[in-house]
Parts: sequence; structure tokens; C-alpha cells
Amino acid sequence: MSFFIFLIPFVAAVAIIFGAPPRLSARVAGVATLVIGLYASFTWQCDCWTSSVPVLASPSIDLAFGFVNGISAIMVALAVIVTAAATFTGKAPEGREKLYYASSLLIAAGALGAFLSTNLFFFYAFHELALIPTFLMIGLMGRGSRKEVAWKITIYLGAGSLILLAGLVWLAREAGTYNILAMLEAQKAGKIDIDPDTQKTIAALLIVGFGTLVSLFPFHSWAAPAYASAPAPTAMLHAGVLKKFGLYGLLQLAVPLLPIGMNAWLTPLLVLLLGNILWVGLVTINQKRLDTMLGHSSVMHMGYIFLAIAAAVASSAAGKENIFAIPAAAILMFAHGISIALLFGLADRIERSTGTLDLAELGGLAKPAPALAFLFGIAGMASLGLPGLANFSGEVMVFLSGFAGRDPSSPLGPVQVATILSLWGVVISAVYILRAYRKTFQGATVNSTVNATDIPFFDKIPAFVLAAVLLVVGIYPNLLARLLQ
Amino acid sequence: MPAYFLEALTVTLGIVLLIAEAFSTAPRRTWIGFSAIIGLVVVLALTFISLGPESLASEGKNWAKYTLWDLYKFDASARFYKIIALVSAIFTLILAIEYRSVMARFAGDKGGEEGTGEYYSLIVIATAAMMWMASAKNLSFLFVSLELLTVTFYILVAFMKRNVGSLEAGVKYLILGALSTGFLVYGIAWIYGACGSMDLAQITLAAGFEGTAGTPLLFGVALVIIALGFKIGAAPLHFWIPDVYQGAPTPTTAFLSVGSKAAGFMALMSFIAPFSHSPYAGKIFSALVILSCLTLIVGNFGAIPQNNFKRLLAYSSIANAGFILLAVAANRDDADALSSAQIVGFYLAGYLIMTMAAFFILSLLRVQSGSENIDALDGLSKRNPILAVTTTIIMASLAGVPLTVGFVGKFFVFQAALASQMWVPAVIAAVTAAAGFYYYFKILRAIWWNSPNHKEPIPFDPTSVFTFALTFLTAAILLFGVWPEPLMKLLNGVR
Repeated sequence: MSFFIFLIPFVAAVAIIFGAPPRLSARVAGVATLVIGLYASFTWQCDCWTSSVPVLASPSIDLAFGFVNGISAIMVALAVIVTAAATFTGKAPEGREKLYYASSLLIAAGALGAFLSTNLFFFYAFHELALIPTFLMIGLMGRGSRKEVAWKITIYLGAGSLILLAGLVWLAREAGTYNILAMLEAQKAGKIDIDPDTQKTIAALLIVGFGTLVSLFPFHSWAAPAYASAPAPTAMLHAGVLKKFGLYGLLQLAVPLLPIGMNAWLTPLLVLLLGNILWVGLVTINQKRLDTMLGHSSVMHMGYIFLAIAAAVASSAAGKENIFAIPAAAILMFAHGISIALLFGLADRIERSTGTLDLAELGGLAKPAPALAFLFGIAGMASLGLPGLANFSGEVMVFLSGFAGRDPSSPLGPVQVATILSLWGVVISAVYILRAYRKTFQGATVNSTVNATDIPFFDKIPAFVLAAVLLVVGIYPNLLARLLQ
Repeated sequence: MPAYFLEALTVTLGIVLLIAEAFSTAPRRTWIGFSAIIGLVVVLALTFISLGPESLASEGKNWAKYTLWDLYKFDASARFYKIIALVSAIFTLILAIEYRSVMARFAGDKGGEEGTGEYYSLIVIATAAMMWMASAKNLSFLFVSLELLTVTFYILVAFMKRNVGSLEAGVKYLILGALSTGFLVYGIAWIYGACGSMDLAQITLAAGFEGTAGTPLLFGVALVIIALGFKIGAAPLHFWIPDVYQGAPTPTTAFLSVGSKAAGFMALMSFIAPFSHSPYAGKIFSALVILSCLTLIVGNFGAIPQNNFKRLLAYSSIANAGFILLAVAANRDDADALSSAQIVGFYLAGYLIMTMAAFFILSLLRVQSGSENIDALDGLSKRNPILAVTTTIIMASLAGVPLTVGFVGKFFVFQAALASQMWVPAVIAAVTAAAGFYYYFKILRAIWWNSPNHKEPIPFDPTSVFTFALTFLTAAILLFGVWPEPLMKLLNGVR
């Protein structure tokens, strides 16, 4: 029955196009998806959530919905929370409400469809479904040079998707099925034996394909301008949810099915993820605007999740179990999704109440807008990894996964070296987040912030919900971790 | 009912309508179009209950023993391509009825509709030719039906006799069509010389026989591939396509790019089949691989600078021919997976749906605004939002966005190319498909981002046959994109 989770936002989007009241329908759909989605995620083992309709006999393709495993459950939980929040955040431009809300719901539906698909064909297809409204939203309602940005993201993500498609088709061919569950089962039973050279090629296609979608260095340059330009709900949904599709795909497909191929690319992957953490981290520090800073920071944090993936690959190649790697990646994806969505939502609020996101023109916003400052503080602290907030548990586990199962007497391997280097990322994050917070909220009020208003009551609800999620998961990460068992 | 009645009925319908048209004094001629549509729908329905001599129900029947069956076959693939021909003709007729105002201006003597009547019956006759082609078992039969099709198209292309573009297109099509006919006859002659027969089954045997003279046979095959390359618009034999497509009346262009192309591919498939397991397969299919790569590159990159919607669709039809050729060249016929013939059939069906829909949009544009340039679409989202969404779906399908029928077709092609380990062509196909995103999305950019040249909304009659057909096509794009099985069912047994 999990296709209902996909169907609600999808049907609502279609209804809006054909004349249903945009804002109300979107919010009702958002809340309904949230309720059903959360319930489903926490009871994902139940068979009642799986369903499958054959759509093609040869090659056998089913429109199959269900949870592949606990990672899917965590991603669905993330998606529904952010979706509900996104429908309550931001303000549609005059006369464009229809497209604004329908697009947001379509992005959400696409992301949910991808995380709930247990068939490779639709797994890919739903992600593409979500990309088109993303391009449209940026091109139509973005800030700044929106058209160039929309072209850029279309070309980057279009090319990335095609490379990914080649990898997925090849993978399905080697595995002999498009059914992800059957693939993983056959792998466990040792029935899939892909020869190392083929594995290596497929792994390369998947790393580049999925990597482009997740803004892996050096395929990341679309991300920051796109998020800076995108309307708030689009930025929240894409940076928070849709982008995780690539990581999710690597975790669900590449890591279990291509152990040798992924291991062959371990060192290049480590170098690239350090590029995300250190290079993009330093670029982030240099940003003069809040939106581009948040965009870059979201690119940077992808590096940690790639590190967890690399640790999982290295451990499985060494024949050791890494109890931290997968939970680390899953929890950090969730935490990052929530925190970045909250940050983009609040940045939109800041822009609407002060008229600018230029850090040089902001200051002292905490005085006129204490609630905004408090929420931004929570999200920012979460983002830099303050203990007690969700990201901390994820990041700590990532760093632990880098050393998990290591024989203390042996010299440091590449994963350990990368882990040690990436610890500097925490410092980098602290620098830019704290600096941005100080410049925006502290000090004396300036022209733009003197008359700024605080968050209105209705807009507070989604922000406080997201902040509460960060806090709850931060204090009790087992809430998510136990879904993985 | 024996299958050969289908063509007999169709061609009779065409002739009856032609005569009725000649004696008609009514100022409006749309009734001919509607009668043609109704007639073709009946034939379409009969297609499903027609029988060939192989089927059990025809056992002992007198007609099953006719010599005709030595030339004429009725198997799954013949049935499928007859359906394709009929469906594309029906939609072309709907399009022609909508387009008659433009056509009347350039075809009639006094600007009335009198000049447009023959157009409908010519389409019906061309349909009969395509249906015959689908059943050809013999190269001479194939040649005759192909010529009937081509000659009819000479008239259809130049139908707007007071329009210079249409006349120019007619002349170009005539000259190049005649040239390709020459290649075809000459090639068939060489093959006859090498194999001693024009029967495809005999050619299959001869091609596998060691004593057959290889070089003359290959020379003949090359000539026939060149001739058919003209029909399907494979580079480097594609020059005529952009000019002819642009100049011809839009319904002709639609029929040319959907029906005629499908017929061309059908002919190519049945012509190539005898050689797919012969010692010549390697040479013939590598020639097809090269043709397909060239076609992909020329079609997709040629489309990028186009500003005229019709010309863009012409290049898009070349590009799609490249994809279909890639499936042909992959030469898959394993029992447990999709065969090349099935992939080609599926792709053509999907191509029919989305290209027809695109031509519907184009003709609406021409009738409403008098222009066929992409900038006539500027700001369509503000002038008619539903039409804008429809166009978006159609363009997304042409570009190959998932959950549309266009994606499923491309997906199968890629799968076949990878299965045949054609790495370089697969990479070229991927790169050119990415280029496709660029030019199809140029149309979306005009629709959604550019501000309109005119403020007034585009009217849109929700009860007309035209709107119904467009809705039907758009729904089919999405339906078959998610649920391709019904189309695949039609292709069961196509090898």
C-alpha cells in the first residue's frame, strides 16, 4: 500500500493543475503524506506496504512499491517531513500559485516514488519526474540569473542521469533482473557473480552518475547557484530530499552489488570526497551571501556521507563487518536533509523580512526577530555538528566508521587518512556557520534589519517541527538506527 | 476474413471517395475526411479479425490456397505495421481537417475548400500502399507497393500548389524519390542476379549457400540499403528531409514522418532479415551501425540551431531514425529477450504517438498564429495553460524523459545496444540524446519562460475531434510510458 504515499502528493499536484485551490490542497496533501509516510516508515517491515503490478512482461518490469530496507524507511521519513514543511514555507509569486504548489508536490512525489520503488526502472524514472519541476521552478521563479542557472542544472543533471542510466541498465543486465529486492537477495545467496572488470566499469558509471546528482566534487558546481536561485520549497526539497537519491542509490545498489568494482575506485573516491569537504569547505567560508553559503555547505556535507560509503566499501573488501558505516550514512542523510531544509526555509524568511541575503548588509536581526534567530541557531548548530542535535550522531558515526574494524597495530590505510583529514571539515563548518550567524543576527541592527519582522505564527510551525526533529533524533538517534535492524 | 481484403477495402474506399469528391457540389469538403476516418476505423477493427493461411481457422478454406500467398503474408509483424499505417492515417486525416483553412488558401482556385477534397482520398490510398508493404514477401511486391506510396506522396507534398515552399518541396521530393527508386530497382536486380529469386525466403536460403556470389549480392544489398535510407531519412541520405518537411503541408509532413518512416523501417527489417544469420551479416550490420551513428549525430546536432518548429521536428525525425537504426543494427533475436524487430516496432509506435501529437500542436500554431517558428510559442503558458502542459508532456516524451513512451523506446534501444556490446554507438546515442534534451527544452523555454508576443488567449474548442485526438495522444504518451505491456502485446510473435 505504500504507493499511496507517492500517490497523495502526485494526485494533489494534478488536481492543482486542473483547478483545485493550490495552497490548501498542497498543505492538506503535505500533512496527509506526513502522517501516512511516518507511520509506514516505522512499520516498514510489514508486508502490507509492498505491492507490485507488472507493466511489461519482457524484460520483466513491475511497478513495484515497498521498502527495500531500513534505509528506505529513513529516507521516506525524511521526505515526508520535509515535504510537509515545504508546503507551509515560502510564498508563491502573485498569480503563479498553481505552478508553485504543483511543482513542489511533484518534486516530493518523485522523490517518494524513487525511495519507495523496488524496481530499478521506476527507481530511476521517478527521480527524473522530480527533476523537471525543479528545473521549471528555478527557471520561472528563481532569484538572480535564474535562466542560466536553470540551464546549468538541466545540463549537469541531465548528463549525470544519462550516465547513471547506462550504469543501471548494465547492472540490471548483469544481475538478470530489474527487481531490486531480487537482486539483493541473489547477491546474499551468492548467485550474482559479476566479473571484476565489468564491476569496475559499472561502478565508475554509478559513481559519476549518482555522484553528479549528489554534487560530488568536481561535478558539484551546479548545486550552490541552483539552491541560491531556487524558491524556498524547491531548495528545501531538492537539497534536503531529492539530492539524497544519489547517495541512496550508491548505498542500496553499488555498495552491496559491486564490492570489487567500488573497492577499485576507493582511492579516487576518497580524494573526491576530500575535495567536497576541504575544497568546497574553504570556498564556503569565502561566500558573501547567505544563500550561496548554504548551497556550498550542503555540497560540502555530502563529503561525509561519501566517507561513510567509502568506509563500508573498504570494510567489505577487507571482509570485515562495519557496524557504523551504513547507519552513519543513513542517519547523516536524514539529519542533513532536515537541517538544510530548515536553513533554506529560514533564509527565505530572512530575505522576505529584510530584503537581502548579503551578509554585509545584515546585522542584529536577533533583536527584531528572536524566534528566527533561535531557530536559525538550532539549525546552524546542527549543521556544524553540535552534540545533542541530529547531525552530531551521524557525523560521529561517520568518523567511527572510518576506523571501525581496524587492527590497531597496522599502519593507517587510505580511509583512515581521509577520515583524519575530513575532521578538519568540522572546524571549517564551525567557522562559516558561526560567522554567518554573527553577521546576520548579532551586533547592532542595520538599515535592512531595523524594521524586520519575526516569523509569523503559521510559518513558525513547520520550522519548529523541523527543529524538534533535529533535537529528538540528536538525543535519541536510536529512533532511526533501530529501523535499520 | 482473409487478410488481403483489408487493402482491397482501403483502396476501394480511397477510389470511391475520389469519385464522390469529383461529383460533389457542396462547398465544404470535410465530409470526405470524416468518411475516410470512419472507413479506416472500420478497416482497423477488421485488422484484428483478419486471417492468414497459417491460422487454424482458415484451414480448408478455398482462399487459403491462392497463389497470392506466395507474395503476401499475414503474420504478427504484418498485422502490427498495418495497424501503425491505419492509426497514423486516421490521425493525419484529423489533422488535415483541422488544417484545411491553410490548405484551401493555397490549393483551391477561389480560396474555397473545393481544392482540398482529393487530399483525404490520397491519404487513404497511401495507407493502402503501406499496408501492402507490411505484407510483402517478395522484393517485387515490396517495390510496387513502395512506389505506390511514393507516387502518392509526390502529390501530397506538392498539394498546396499556390505555395512556393510546397512546390519546391514537391520537386525535391520527386527528384530524390526518383533517384532512390533507381537505386532500389538496380539493387533488386543485382540481388536477383546473385540469388536467382526475388522471394525473401529463397534469398535467405541463397544467402546461406556457399556457392552464392558474395560480392554482387553485397553490392545489391548496399544499393537497396541506400534506397531505403532515403525513405527513412538516414544520414547521409537525409538532405531532403528538412526542406521537404518544412515545405509540405503539415498533415503531409506528419504522415511522411510517421507513416512513411514506419513503412520504410518495416521494409528495411524484412529486407535485412534474410541476411541476419548469413555469412554477410557482419558486413551488412556494421554498415547499419555506421549509418545509425551518422544519423544520430546529424539529426541531433542539426536540430540544435533550428528556430522553425517544423524544421526542428524534421531533424528530430532524423534523430529518431538514428535510434531506430541502432536497434536494427543491434540484430537481437534471442527468444527470452526483446528482439530487434520488437524494439523497432515499439519505438515506431511510441514515435507515432508523440510525433503526431507534436504535429497537432504545430498545426494549431499555424492555424492560430500563421507562424511555424518556435517564438510563436512564446508565453503559451499564459495564453493557454492546458495546452502548455500538453506540449510539455509531448516534448518531454520526445526528449526521452522517464514515465513517457519516448523514454521506454530509447531505454529498449540502449538495452539492445549494450546487449550487442556496441559500446561506441551506445555512447554516441547517449551523448546525442543529451543534445536532444537541449533542443526539445528550447520549446519548453519558449512556452514557460518567454513573455508572450500576443496577450489574447489561444482559443481551444474542448468538444472538437481535434482536441479529443490530442488528449488521446497525450494520455497514450503517459499511459504507455508507465504501462508499456499493451503495446508489447501487439508485438508478440514479431521476430
